[in-house]
Amino acid sequence: MAKIKLATIWLCGCSGCHMSFLDLDEWLLELAEKVDVVYSPVASDVKEYPEDVDVCLVEGGVANEENLELIRIARERTKFLISFGDCAVTANVPALRNMLGGAEPVLKRCYLELGDANPQLPNFPGIVPELLDRVRPVHELVHVDLFMPGCPPPADRIQATIEPLLRGEKPVMEGREMIKFG
Amino acid sequence: MSVKTLTIDGVDVAIEEGATLLTAAKEAGVHIPTLCHLEGVTDVGACRLCLVEIEGINKLLPACVTEVSEGMKVHTNTETLQEYRRMVVEMLFSEGNHICAVCVVNGNCQLQDAAIEVGMDHTRFPYRFPQRDVDVSHDRFGLDHNRCILCTRCVRVCDEIEGAHVWDVAGRGPASRIISGLAQPWGEVEACTSCGKCVDACPTGSLFRKGSTVAEMEKDRGKVEFLVTAREEHKWTR
Ligand code: SF4
Ligand code: SF4
Ligand code: SF4
Ligand code: FES
Repeated sequence: MAKIKLATIWLCGCSGCHMSFLDLDEWLLELAEKVDVVYSPVASDVKEYPEDVDVCLVEGGVANEENLELIRIARERTKFLISFGDCAVTANVPALRNMLGGAEPVLKRCYLELGDANPQLPNFPGIVPELLDRVRPVHELVHVDLFMPGCPPPADRIQATIEPLLRGEKPVMEGREMIKFG
Repeated sequence: MSVKTLTIDGVDVAIEEGATLLTAAKEAGVHIPTLCHLEGVTDVGACRLCLVEIEGINKLLPACVTEVSEGMKVHTNTETLQEYRRMVVEMLFSEGNHICAVCVVNGNCQLQDAAIEVGMDHTRFPYRFPQRDVDVSHDRFGLDHNRCILCTRCVRVCDEIEGAHVWDVAGRGPASRIISGLAQPWGEVEACTSCGKCVDACPTGSLFRKGSTVAEMEKDRGKVEFLVTAREEHKWTR
């Protein structure tokens, strides 16, 4: 049987969901026998999101231009997209800035009012991506096939979600075992 | 007192006139999810989680404030109801600012419990991200409007059990909010006895004890019920 092509992407999150993924410990070896990791910030050095990906775990909400571009590409090239963790599912902690009236007042507060030596707004077009006005959960922008809330989802829940997928079945996200915010 | 007979999910129930469908369902061993209902205080039908279908009535009615009547045929778990219940919980999440990861009651929250119960793993409604205040003027407790679902459990407990009537609801629609005293900071309301009943009654992290950190705050959910039984039946132990 051909190996499943697995990708993971990291948008606006703290990397906690990826760390939780690495907490799968020795099960990662079992996983490695069944999947090819074709793109991932923690498991490959590929720069371009490849074509024909089977499953992609998305950590983080959509907070800037780069996140937006990557999630659109990933959606286009992936069969089964999973919102991985609360930032992807609810926008979570990064969205705390949404209540403060958009990107501008927040940037001004951080970089100008609280800037000590040389207060200036970060501005490197093409290098530092522009912030979107609002941090948004992934499914508000592209279609999501499965939601795995949690901040982060613990390793055993990640395993319980991925295992059925490897057998070609859709996991049942029900009850306290599988649904947990925060 | 006359007795009414009805069926709930096919189970025959006989119960005294004036009882609510929620009480009748309990009697019949049928569980209906609730949020604003609190054992020991009056019901107000604020959250709409307990909606049920009644044959011959073409709207859904809240079980906690609907009285039983003779021959009623009640359904509590149809597909329509499951769908609406999920929507109700989704709306509660997207209406306020529920960032569970930094909440005092994370893991001990009845709104989270409701989400799990109705099978909500995300909300289909766009988040509103409203701007709301936090009142920490009371020396022992705090009120975070971001997490308030306007169930008014605090209002009813303070009025009906403590007898202080510190809380009320002000405003309309999305501007509705809980106020203390005459919209004073909580700490300045002399009527407050600092009993903490409102804090224990609150299903979310909206009312909390000061100094509790993320996921630390557990509420004494049985306190109100205990107090009512103690008063009415003179049973002082639990
Ligand atoms: S009150 Fe409950 S649902 Fe709201 S943020 Fe806190 S834990 Fe989450
Ligand atoms: S502490 Fe007691 S008296 Fe004060 S507002 Fe809460 S319920 Fe009312
Ligand atoms: S403060 Fe708590 S108890 Fe009071 S209305 Fe809000 S959620 Fe309900
Ligand atoms: S429990 Fe009946 S409406 Fe809230």
